[in-house]
Amino acid sequence: MLGKLTLSSIPYDVPILVGTFIGVAVIGIAVLAAVTYFKKWGYLWREWLTTVDHKKLAIMYVVLGLVMLVRGFADALMMRTQLALAYAGNPGYLPPHHYDQVFSAHGTIMIFFMAMVMMQALFNFVVPLQIGARDVAFPLINSISFYMTLVSAILINISLFIGEFSNVGWLGYPPISELQFNPGVGVDYYIWSVQISGIGTLLTGMNFLTTIIKLRAPGMKWMHIPVFTWTAFFACVMILTTFPVLTVSMALLALDRYLGMHFFTNDGGGSVMLYLNLIWSWGHPEVYILILPAFGVFSEIAATFSGKPLFGYATMVIATGIITFLGSIVWVHHFFTMGAGADVNTFFGIMTMFIAVPTGVKIFNWLFTMYKGRVRFEGPMHWIVGFMITFSIGGMTGVMMAMPAADWVVHNSLFLVAHFHNVIIGGVFFGYVAGLSYWFPKAFGYKMRDVWGKWAFRFWFVGFYLSFIPLYAVGLEGMTRRMNHYDNPNWHPWLLVACVGVFVLAAGLACQVIQFVLAAFDAVNKKPDALDLTGDNWGSGRTLEWSLPSPVPHYNFARLPVIRGLDTFHIEKELGRPAPVSELEPIHMPKYSAVGPMLGACGLLIGFALVWHIWWAVIVGLVVAFFTIVHRSANLDVDFYVTVEEIRADEEAFARRLAAAKAAE
Amino acid sequence: MSYDVMHAPSAHHDEHEHHQQETTIFGFWIYLMTDCIIFGTLFAVFATLCHHFAGGPTGKDLFDIKNVEIETAILLFSSITYGFASINAHKKNKGAVLGWLLLTFVLGVSFVVLEINEFHELVAHGAGPDKSAFLSSFFTLVGTHGLHVTIGLIWMLVLFFQIMGKQGLSTRMQTKLTCLSLFWHFLDIVWICVFSFVYLGSVV
Repeated sequence: MLGKLTLSSIPYDVPILVGTFIGVAVIGIAVLAAVTYFKKWGYLWREWLTTVDHKKLAIMYVVLGLVMLVRGFADALMMRTQLALAYAGNPGYLPPHHYDQVFSAHGTIMIFFMAMVMMQALFNFVVPLQIGARDVAFPLINSISFYMTLVSAILINISLFIGEFSNVGWLGYPPISELQFNPGVGVDYYIWSVQISGIGTLLTGMNFLTTIIKLRAPGMKWMHIPVFTWTAFFACVMILTTFPVLTVSMALLALDRYLGMHFFTNDGGGSVMLYLNLIWSWGHPEVYILILPAFGVFSEIAATFSGKPLFGYATMVIATGIITFLGSIVWVHHFFTMGAGADVNTFFGIMTMFIAVPTGVKIFNWLFTMYKGRVRFEGPMHWIVGFMITFSIGGMTGVMMAMPAADWVVHNSLFLVAHFHNVIIGGVFFGYVAGLSYWFPKAFGYKMRDVWGKWAFRFWFVGFYLSFIPLYAVGLEGMTRRMNHYDNPNWHPWLLVACVGVFVLAAGLACQVIQFVLAAFDAVNKKPDALDLTGDNWGSGRTLEWSLPSPVPHYNFARLPVIRGLDTFHIEKELGRPAPVSELEPIHMPKYSAVGPMLGACGLLIGFALVWHIWWAVIVGLVVAFFTIVHRSANLDVDFYVTVEEIRADEEAFARRLAAAKAAE
Repeated sequence: MSYDVMHAPSAHHDEHEHHQQETTIFGFWIYLMTDCIIFGTLFAVFATLCHHFAGGPTGKDLFDIKNVEIETAILLFSSITYGFASINAHKKNKGAVLGWLLLTFVLGVSFVVLEINEFHELVAHGAGPDKSAFLSSFFTLVGTHGLHVTIGLIWMLVLFFQIMGKQGLSTRMQTKLTCLSLFWHFLDIVWICVFSFVYLGSVV
């Protein structure tokens, strides 16, 4: 009846997990009780859970991303404290089997459920506003994307308390991830959570590529597209070319485990290196999928806070395109040690080094944007300066490892771990946090307290160097990654420093949480100087989103903007806004829909049932999903018109606020 | 996509619908391209593993080209019949659309039945997907195509009943028929590759 699931699958004998479970349960019950007490279930369902509004989906993505950031960070804290303790005979507090699950979960969560989630949050919030669209091309599919991501995140968290998680690292290398060596459910949890979230990402890629190509406001030529949207465009291209490969890799691994096939097994003619080629031909482009939108965020911020147009817009776009191309043909550098031969390794080594060229172009473009500008060091600007320093170092260690001969020495050492954290924290994470603080006032209509953002930056910046420079050092001294305990006395001091570093990072994270809490507090108390009246919160916004009131009305643009060139809003501020010639018209918008949550519930049921081999539940999930889709396709009542009266009222209210703000100056 | 909407100025309304239709078909093209990459990857996997027999049977021992030729003919013919359905959809000829769809459906089902039969015989002869890497990749590639055809058939059935029902051949339905037609012809192209590389390649 319940497949492999029995009572003994629940790890009630592991104190850390029991403690976590109690904590999660208490918080969960408190939240549910609060929602019930304040009678907010209806509101939550009608306004948020069934929404197809890209702005609300973006906010839900951010919440999910932050929760998963805390989860992934807890894993990081455990690893660093374990390695500070587990020295010279001391086993530490995490036994190897548990430790292996912790690092696997950390990697999987941080990439799929933190970084990818934050990236989709930014796509959702920014892209339609920047191109002058009223929503994405397929609003319902957008909601489905979110639910696929959400339920796979839930699935990965269920693995904490029912069964176990994968213990073979974030990419699930065979043969150790095969049934022969890993008969438990951990790898299955990994496979299905990655698979389901991958479907969500693929749909997002399809949706946003179509949106950018088809839904740009009248007059927006390709070279009028704001840089963030350009980077989103290229990231979508890479999502569409590589995520299908991830889908296939996961499916083949699942076939090996579920139907006894021989794709990657040691026997039966399977080929382990085939898996490595497949997974990395997704995995390497994946890191560029993450970093390109961060580059886009930095480009927007550099221009806004320097009071100048972005230096070298065209080269920025071209460099992004070149990185997209090169990033797709370098994956073998993850396994130079495979022994593919000197020719192959040389090709991939040189291609990898080439990527430094367009990336260098970008760094110089940001520097020249700041050069002779009126640079204002507000919160978001801190992150970009920290990024340029940190990312350059990470890029250089990347070029070091692009040399096959050097890579053979540091392959799979902590040097590598330090390198990719250097570019992912210093690049991706700094970028997304900067974006979050940059667009926060646009999303909510009030500002966060900048001082806490600045402190968060300081802790993250210092904490990063404390945590990861030691890892470069021990990596060069020969410490391999994923080690549970060690005896080498030279490594110990370095790992103590790294442990201090992770607590500094924790302080940074705490500042960010405080910043959000205080922002909510200010909003509830309607603190007057926190309100963003003009919509152009930073005073020097250049792209279309800053021309809108904050928070943005659900239909985004009362009148579709007419694009007058790159940075239309800036042009309008300089030359004056043309008086609207057209009458207001009713706006056609999609209705909210319960299809997203329904399909999400089916996805969760199917995923969980597949992990535990509960076949009847898989069938139930599929059947319900099928009828949900058929019901939707027969439903003709899927949209409505926003009335002219409502739009006019919004417009007049915004005009009054603008006038009041002007008078206050 | 706006049927129930009151107060809508009808010119504006039509323009919107046309735009939406174009966008939907474009989005579907993009989806097909990702599907193309899925098949491309599976072909690459097959190319890598097609000589890993692990002491088991080879393609030459197993494949019955006659059967595969019949499958191919059926599937290609079903593309033609779907083409007639499309032509009649543009002419708003509801009865003819339903007739051609039904014929396409029958052809599609016969294809799937023949394929299941072939798989069944292979497994019965001890050449199942767990026998060797070659057979794993063969079953997965051909099976993925078969699964796509099956999903296409279910989709066709749903559209069939929706056309019979109140949607008729509305603009929205035309868009759906166009998407399914792209899907169906795409699967045909994939099958031609399967036939040439997997079957012919293995027996030559």
